[in-house]
Amino acid sequence: MNARQAFAEALLAAEPVCPPGLTTWNGSAPEKRFAVYRNTVTVGLVDALADSFPVTLQLVGEDFFRAMAREFARQTPPRSPVLALYGDGFAEFIEAFPPVAALSYLADLARLELMRVQAWHAADAAAVAAETIVRLLDDAAALPQARFTLHPSVRLLRSRHAVVSLWAAHQSEAPSSSLATIDTASAESALVLRNGLEVEISVIDEAAAIFIELLQQGRAFGLAAGQALDADSRFDLAQTLGLLVRSGALADLTISGSTTS
Amino acid sequence: MTARADRLRPIGAVPGQKRRSLPERAGIGLKPEHLQEILDTAPDIGFFEIHAENYMVDGGPFHHYLTRIRERYPLSIHGVGLSIGGEDALDERHLDRLAVLLDRYQPESFSEHLAWSSHGGTFLNDLLPVPYHAATLARVCEHIDRVQDRLKRRMLLENPATYVEFAASTMAEPDFIGEVVRRSGCGLLLDVNNVYVSSINHGRDQRAAVSAMPLAAVGQIHLAGFAEDTDAAGASLLIDSHGAPVAEAVWDLYRYALDRLGPMPTLIERDNDIPPLPVLLAEAQQAERIMKRLSPIASREAVA
Repeated sequence: MNARQAFAEALLAAEPVCPPGLTTWNGSAPEKRFAVYRNTVTVGLVDALADSFPVTLQLVGEDFFRAMAREFARQTPPRSPVLALYGDGFAEFIEAFPPVAALSYLADLARLELMRVQAWHAADAAAVAAETIVRLLDDAAALPQARFTLHPSVRLLRSRHAVVSLWAAHQSEAPSSSLATIDTASAESALVLRNGLEVEISVIDEAAAIFIELLQQGRAFGLAAGQALDADSRFDLAQTLGLLVRSGALADLTISGSTTS
Repeated sequence: MTARADRLRPIGAVPGQKRRSLPERAGIGLKPEHLQEILDTAPDIGFFEIHAENYMVDGGPFHHYLTRIRERYPLSIHGVGLSIGGEDALDERHLDRLAVLLDRYQPESFSEHLAWSSHGGTFLNDLLPVPYHAATLARVCEHIDRVQDRLKRRMLLENPATYVEFAASTMAEPDFIGEVVRRSGCGLLLDVNNVYVSSINHGRDQRAAVSAMPLAAVGQIHLAGFAEDTDAAGASLLIDSHGAPVAEAVWDLYRYALDRLGPMPTLIERDNDIPPLPVLLAEAQQAERIMKRLSPIASREAVA
């Protein structure tokens, strides 16, 4: 192993080690000096995860979170210097991390938080004008074939747990009051998107999630609405469309070959 | 003047392309906490500096605010992830991202570090030390050549803060940096705090360390605060934390450097324990007061 490889491996080693070939002006043992680098590397990565997963941190406590994040960072250090998006795979790590096995909702909560970060930094796109949508809704011939391009920030999460309610309960200074009323075992779906400069996270029902997912895949409006209704006859198309329009989620619209922005 | 001078171009200047340089004033790092306040209050500050990697995202609030702030202020883009001192080839995708960012914001200055931060495809999230010998010198110069070719501009290279030295080193740091500057034609971002931290950490004289640097190539200065620790022998070990105000000893070394350099764009760096904006602006004003109080001899030399 060459000297650089040894240095790099010692930075992320679980136990404090010091690579060979280091010297100090006063002959002091280099371990303590090398530990400054070890510390900077892991603290920086743990801080990045703490910034991106603040509710996950609150749910397990700061000390536990930092220990868990350090484990993850050592096993899965970033591959890119763009740390704003570091945290891919953290939810899967949590899912398989025995000490939090009892918190079955924690991994999905981390997924939701990663989506929030991704939405925050996603590309910008202007929304289709509301009047264009209104005109389309009046055009019974064109409507079923219309295809939408969703805003690049749009993310969907379908969870077996009430992770959106859990997340929302931690957005105020005193989260404990509403926490007690959340049944974490009730399934929830989330729509995550950036509206202007703010990321919005809404609970949507399963049928709405199906509808939006199909639109996002570029499927025709009629097909998406039909599948949502098949999944749940109570699917409220008007309400779901209203949510998408209000939150600027519809970035482009194609009607039988023509594009209307 | 040495033979080196004729290889040097004005900072940021590339033949056939007119590019402004940073003003001879103080600037501060642009922090997310302060974005709206800067737009609302339009503080009188020489320039802002960003870390390139923080803005390598597709869209959203960071670009929204930076676009507006850049319209009003000179900008320095400072990379922390290129790993110029790395053993691996430069990450071309990262260079592409840098090219996109520089093209979008047209900064007056671009700088990076004499350090490595990636190895074997893993990003290690720190500015790690490079041994100073012929092989690392050749590699660093090769990497800087590639950066300057790809980005079509001269870059500034920042001297590091280090905590250990290498048995394999055969050159003193200022000699290594001087040779990099001479061979690659890059400029020097003189981080006065790093000179101070490294001098204390390695038992050197900090003024001699400044004087030995290739001062004719300096295009910008960084000032920052450090944290204090001790090594295994109980000797002072300073940590380049960027989490405290600039120390008095570093202000002194800054005066010493400015006496040799003349007025110089100077950044107050703060990346941890970010204080309210006015606190950073006050530190920048202190740097500008020192710049204005330069002895007439130093100012004349700088102009000449």
